[in-house]
Amino acid sequence: MNLLLNEEKLTDLTKRASEARRLIIETVYHAGAGHIGGPMSAVDVLVNLYFNEMNIDPADPHAAERDRFVLSKGHSAIGLYCVLALRGYLPIEELKTFDSLNSRLQAHPDMNTLPGLDMSTGSLGMGISAAVGMALGAKLQNKDYRTYCMIGDGESQEGQVWEAADVASKYKLDNLVAILDYNKLQQFGWNGENEAREIPVHEPEKRWEAFGWNVISIDGHNPEEISSAFAEARKVTGKPTIIIANTIKGKGVTFMENAYLWHSRIPTDDELTGAVKELEKGFDK
Amino acid sequence: MKSTQLAEKVSMRDVFGETLLQLSVEDEKVYALDGDLANSTKVDTVASNNPKKFLQMGIAEQNMMSVAAGLASTGLQPWATSFAAFLSKRSIDQIQVQIAQPNLDVKIIGAYSGLLTGLTGKTHQALEDLAIFRTLVNMTVLAPADGVEVKKMMEAVHEYKGPVYIRLARDPYPTIFDNDYKFEIGKAVLLKEGTDITIISTGTQTSRSLEAAEQLEADGISVSVLHMPTIKPLDKAAIVKAAEATGVIVTAEEHSIYGGLGSAVAEVLVEEKPVPMLRVGVKDRNSESGPNEEMLEKYEISPRHIVKAVKEALKKKGL
Repeated sequence: MNLLLNEEKLTDLTKRASEARRLIIETVYHAGAGHIGGPMSAVDVLVNLYFNEMNIDPADPHAAERDRFVLSKGHSAIGLYCVLALRGYLPIEELKTFDSLNSRLQAHPDMNTLPGLDMSTGSLGMGISAAVGMALGAKLQNKDYRTYCMIGDGESQEGQVWEAADVASKYKLDNLVAILDYNKLQQFGWNGENEAREIPVHEPEKRWEAFGWNVISIDGHNPEEISSAFAEARKVTGKPTIIIANTIKGKGVTFMENAYLWHSRIPTDDELTGAVKELEKGFDK
Repeated sequence: MKSTQLAEKVSMRDVFGETLLQLSVEDEKVYALDGDLANSTKVDTVASNNPKKFLQMGIAEQNMMSVAAGLASTGLQPWATSFAAFLSKRSIDQIQVQIAQPNLDVKIIGAYSGLLTGLTGKTHQALEDLAIFRTLVNMTVLAPADGVEVKKMMEAVHEYKGPVYIRLARDPYPTIFDNDYKFEIGKAVLLKEGTDITIISTGTQTSRSLEAAEQLEADGISVSVLHMPTIKPLDKAAIVKAAEATGVIVTAEEHSIYGGLGSAVAEVLVEEKPVPMLRVGVKDRNSESGPNEEMLEKYEISPRHIVKAVKEALKKKGL
């Protein structure tokens, strides 16, 4: 794998991911509601999109030529809000309004309320289809922007994901990049102890290949692998790309990692202190 | 007003196909999306004559509606077409979350609405679409009565920016409107003035209501017919005015008696101007496949049933 990031950029992305993780935990603690596990697994990819990959400008969030991002796994909204806040789309302080009345930061992304959100999501399976529409819209209007969409592995149980996969392939949407946040856990367990609690998607690479997509598998927490995958996707023509980001639910805080209870648990005071302490080590890197 | 018995019959879907082709030629932003029913819905005119503006989404209505949202978010105006039954029930979550709530400029065409869907039976009939769509925030809900109105409506909808649902019928209907008819979203159309009772009708039931009115006039009953092509936003003023003028109302729709035009009119009357009313529509029962005239008879929405409802309603008024 080619190394695309210089030392400075690598440090910056790593630091921002740690900051975003701390903000996620603090925000959920403050709101007394929200998801932690999924946003923590997604955040390295989100940071890379907004600080490295995408052509965007927080000062002009509706620019016609901007790259688009759709968070199809809308319940990881807080992860996206924290990254958007770090990138300058909203004040960090505003994260405290998450889930409260009249907040722009709805439990699931609402494109009506917060500039920078390219599509409303929350009901699963829909975001990837809307991203297909955006990428198709670019092709039809001869525009150069690219469209990115993050889906969940649990979300991939929705049939609509595969309807979208089919149409994206048919229209040869090489300007579309999906990222599967493959953390191998979903809301109710999936600890693999028996058939009923098997992991959501086995061998997603084979499925996406069968639908005609270019597939790249990476460590979804490694900034260099993430950057390289995005760069590789830009070189592919005639088909859409999916990056299978192998991730760890709850990544960054040892006691939250791979523990399905942290899908949407609220930290206690002690847990908050412990988590922040562990994450702050990441800031010094 | 021409007699509906003598009027030329035109198929709404033919007019729809021709008009969408015209719009797709005139406006670079207009695209037709199909769920593999183009030769039924007649959007095949675009596929054949302006193929660059035709997007085949396959038999996957949920994806089609979300793709339409994505296209609209980039500034295009997609017209997504399928059977009303599938759009109103299979893909309603997508329509709500990604089209209605964000107020995106997507036009949703429910072909083959109502009960008369060409011997296809209850899976392909749409008797709930008005009820479902009118609960969606930002959604405009329309039901034209004839081919002329389909064209005028589509031209107005093309100019309007925001989500719109139009329900269309499969089979030909008598032409009611002249070519100089001006359609306006949100405005009722008084087709016939009378003094004893007002029939408020929508979509395909408007020509049947006019036919019923002719029979009633022969029986010495003076009937108003108020056509309601816009179910949402509803022309409340026209309904209140009709209630004040004739003191009793009958509603007529090719739709369930629950949640559609009858319910919408009742909501207005109860709050603004309570008068006796009766609803003609399909009652709470499963339907089936069968020839049109027999279906109208069995499911009690024929002109004869409108006549019957008017006479019963007049008794409530004390006439």
